[in-house]
Amino acid sequence: MSTETKQQSIRCQVAKVGLDGHDRGAHVIARAFRDAGFEVIYSGLHKSPDEIIQAAVQEDVDVLGISILSGAHDTLVPKIMDGLEEYDAADDTLVLVGGVIPEEDRPDLKDEGVAAIFGPGTSIEETIEFVRENAPER
Amino acid sequence: MFDNRELEEIRERREEWEADTLEPSLERGERKDRFATVSNHEVDRLYTPDDIADLDFEEDLGFPGEPPYTRGPYPTMHRGRTWTMRQFAGFGTAEETNERFHYLIDEGQTGLSTAFDMPSLMGIDSDHPMSDGEVGKEGVAVDTLADMEVLFDGIDIGEVSTSFTINPSAPVIYAMYIALADQQGVPREEIRGTLQNDMLKEFIAQKEWVIPPEPALEVVTDTIEFAVEETPKFHPVSISGYHIREAGSTAAQEAAFTLADGFAYVEDCLDRDLDVDDFAPLLSFFFNSHNSIFEEVAKFRATRRLYAHVMEDWYGAEADESKRLKFHTQTAGQSLTAQQPLNNIVRVTIQALAGVLGGTQSLHTNSFDEALALPSEKAVRVALRTQQIIAEESGAVDIVDPMGGSFAIETLTNEMENEIMDYLEEIREMGDGSIRDGVLTGIERGYFHREIHEASYEYQERVERGEEVVVGVNEYTIEEDTSPEILQIDETTRDRQLERLERVKDERDDEAVDATLEALSDAIENGENVMPYVVDAVKAYATMGEIMAVFEEHHGSYQEEVAPV
Repeated sequence: MSTETKQQSIRCQVAKVGLDGHDRGAHVIARAFRDAGFEVIYSGLHKSPDEIIQAAVQEDVDVLGISILSGAHDTLVPKIMDGLEEYDAADDTLVLVGGVIPEEDRPDLKDEGVAAIFGPGTSIEETIEFVRENAPER
Repeated sequence: MFDNRELEEIRERREEWEADTLEPSLERGERKDRFATVSNHEVDRLYTPDDIADLDFEEDLGFPGEPPYTRGPYPTMHRGRTWTMRQFAGFGTAEETNERFHYLIDEGQTGLSTAFDMPSLMGIDSDHPMSDGEVGKEGVAVDTLADMEVLFDGIDIGEVSTSFTINPSAPVIYAMYIALADQQGVPREEIRGTLQNDMLKEFIAQKEWVIPPEPALEVVTDTIEFAVEETPKFHPVSISGYHIREAGSTAAQEAAFTLADGFAYVEDCLDRDLDVDDFAPLLSFFFNSHNSIFEEVAKFRATRRLYAHVMEDWYGAEADESKRLKFHTQTAGQSLTAQQPLNNIVRVTIQALAGVLGGTQSLHTNSFDEALALPSEKAVRVALRTQQIIAEESGAVDIVDPMGGSFAIETLTNEMENEIMDYLEEIREMGDGSIRDGVLTGIERGYFHREIHEASYEYQERVERGEEVVVGVNEYTIEEDTSPEILQIDETTRDRQLERLERVKDERDDEAVDATLEALSDAIENGENVMPYVVDAVKAYATMGEIMAVFEEHHGSYQEEVAPV
């Protein structure tokens, strides 16, 4: 498969989990992903881990970008990872987390299977490159 | 302000200067092709009296403490007394926050400012499934009046003024504070403080909501009406642009959308036949202060001037107090970087100075570690010291409106006012002559989201292209470990909170709770002011979730229309 067709087929879900309403970053990244040629689904605000998993499975996404700034990541992100596991979708979904995640919480999220964590100030280009290089082959 | 002949001479001299003096320098070029503020508003190289030739001193500037208040809402401004240094606090359970409150009061602070956790902000209880992971995290958890009793234990609420940063569930918190006043024997007309309670900006930017915009607006108006009658020293709403800016708007959008929200509340109150001069003095504002210092000063001055004119011309305000825009400022959290966090102290200083030069009444300075986690004690102290250094050492506070009369500042103020007015006219047009209807229509059509997202995406693109320099992020970067000490929330918080909630539910009279909730339901049905009923419900120890559910039953719950990307 050529790189170009692979890129075109990358399906990304940009998700906000929990009660946090800070969606500036989620919108910016969703639009940047679209401009990069990915297929993008933004699943909306105030979603429970379960709602996000359902959407990811139903839409059969390759990439799940979770945006969270509330500090509840240590509770909510593992729930999403467990759910993906349950639906047998953990291996073929690249999970990214964006937001304010303290350094010391990062190893735990990585252990849970999060592929990358993008903190404040990350350039859009860097995120897009990461997705291009790491999105699972369909 | 200037004599025509003098102006003509200045124009001629400027042309000469451009040809003889400037031109040779320009051959060497300037740093950029285009100079613009953080909001992408282009600024000129130089301003002269010619730029403000039409300025009418009395009409446009006047004197501080008199309409149109361009030069400040009070005559002596910060010479009389400096702004209130109102740092925002709240975490864990009511016990921990109460301890922090006592510490602050012992340190001489007379104003408290309460941060609530996400479930309280969204009007759900700590035992709700969506509260998982969020209890006590970003602020204090409040489920029932019992929590408020602990929060203010040993604090005379007749003495302190308290600010509550809360929105959809604001009527419940307001009712709890009134119930506390009743318990402590403090007359309701004596309580002082501010409720954020700005629901319209929630639908535009901050995105905490329960019921849809129109009924939410009605509830805000209920609180204003109730405050006029019962708590005349308490500000029932703080109309907030802060979050609009944080969501990525420009300075002009921030001011315009905030004023539009304010005028929407004014129109809704007028529709209830309230007298503008009775309620307008209770309205207060809350703005962001970003990096472009002159743009920010211009924003504050233009907003004050425009408000004074509109309150008089459109809404018939007569009392000076009704035209006086007073505001709280917070430095731009969004501008802080996780890279080289100490640089944020400098950003905060510049932003705070802009707020002070713009004439703020109260100020919160962000902590340098906030792009990484909740602020640590050390970072909070530096943030407060920043305000104290500006107040005590800089001399910035010794002259009233020191930027006034600057050719550049007056020009930027005029341009800002025009830009704000253009937005207000557009919104008014969307509402067929009503700002209130225009705001509601704009929310429904996604107008505000589009405008803000466009601005924020454009900004991000400028950063990516290197047109906007962010020190430590896209220029002057270094490899370093950026993890400072961070604040940890005690893991037992949630359990302790759930225990208290359960105990309250066990001990209360369930029949009494049901009766008050039913009375609230009837009041909503009959279109009565809901506040007296919410006060009764909190006094019976109904939970925040139970009370908000009554509103939801009647009005439904709001879901944002998710536009396809």
